[in-house]
Amino acid sequence: MPAIKQDIHRLRAKTQFWAVVSVLSNVAGNSALTYGMQSLGGIGNTPAALIGALFHPWVAAGVALLIVWTFAHMALLSWADLSYVMPVTAIGYVVTAFAGKFFLGEVVSPTRWAGIVLITAGVTLVGRTPPASEALPLKSEPHR
Amino acid sequence: MKWFLVILCMVSTTVGDVFRSLGMRSHGEIHDFRPGALGGALAAIARNWMVIVSTCAMAVSFFSFMKLVSIAPMTFAVPMSAATFIPETLLARYLLRERVDWRRWTGIALIVVGVVFIAQ
Repeated sequence: MPAIKQDIHRLRAKTQFWAVVSVLSNVAGNSALTYGMQSLGGIGNTPAALIGALFHPWVAAGVALLIVWTFAHMALLSWADLSYVMPVTAIGYVVTAFAGKFFLGEVVSPTRWAGIVLITAGVTLVGRTPPASEALPLKSEPHR
Repeated sequence: MKWFLVILCMVSTTVGDVFRSLGMRSHGEIHDFRPGALGGALAAIARNWMVIVSTCAMAVSFFSFMKLVSIAPMTFAVPMSAATFIPETLLARYLLRERVDWRRWTGIALIVVGVVFIAQ
């Protein structure tokens, strides 16, 4: 296998792994944070109340997961294009919809199913491009 | 108030993502994910001014989105969060000089329309 192809293959696998970590930590983090803040009820906007909320287990879990998301997202952007990472991680919208269906028993309407199909198609299409512009050889044809 | 939050959220998300991309690109690819090496990389990243700008912008984005969902329905707020895909892709192409081919443009267009549908 030519070195450049091997490099693209390695980069794609690494990118997919960290994209999965990024999406799952983002969806789980936002859900935990929302659940925690809702179960706390109206706490006001004072700094003391917001810091106090951090000690609520669900809020703490949400914040921890969002820190994981930040690092995974930063790691991805250290080698992959923004115009690749941003659309590919949009699969999070689909994960959120399925999480709502399976955990909260939300109904997925035909319109929402259409949205799921469109987002999945878009993510698949972008996922077929090389993750990093620099990974492409400059003076040869695209590898696909 | 609603539209002010939409604009604030869109601008801060776009600035956050573009500066995060610039900062991380200037740092270079993270190869080593062992705790010691990761700590070293984090120490370097935390001193990168572009990453600092990005983190501040992301904080503004997070709180403005939280405020937006508290005053506007999700069917409005969620598609608005995907509207940033358009300015971000344009900046990725013309500022970050990324190779945005037809598959990326088409994929992003499908996602933006899909997010409008999924939020209904």
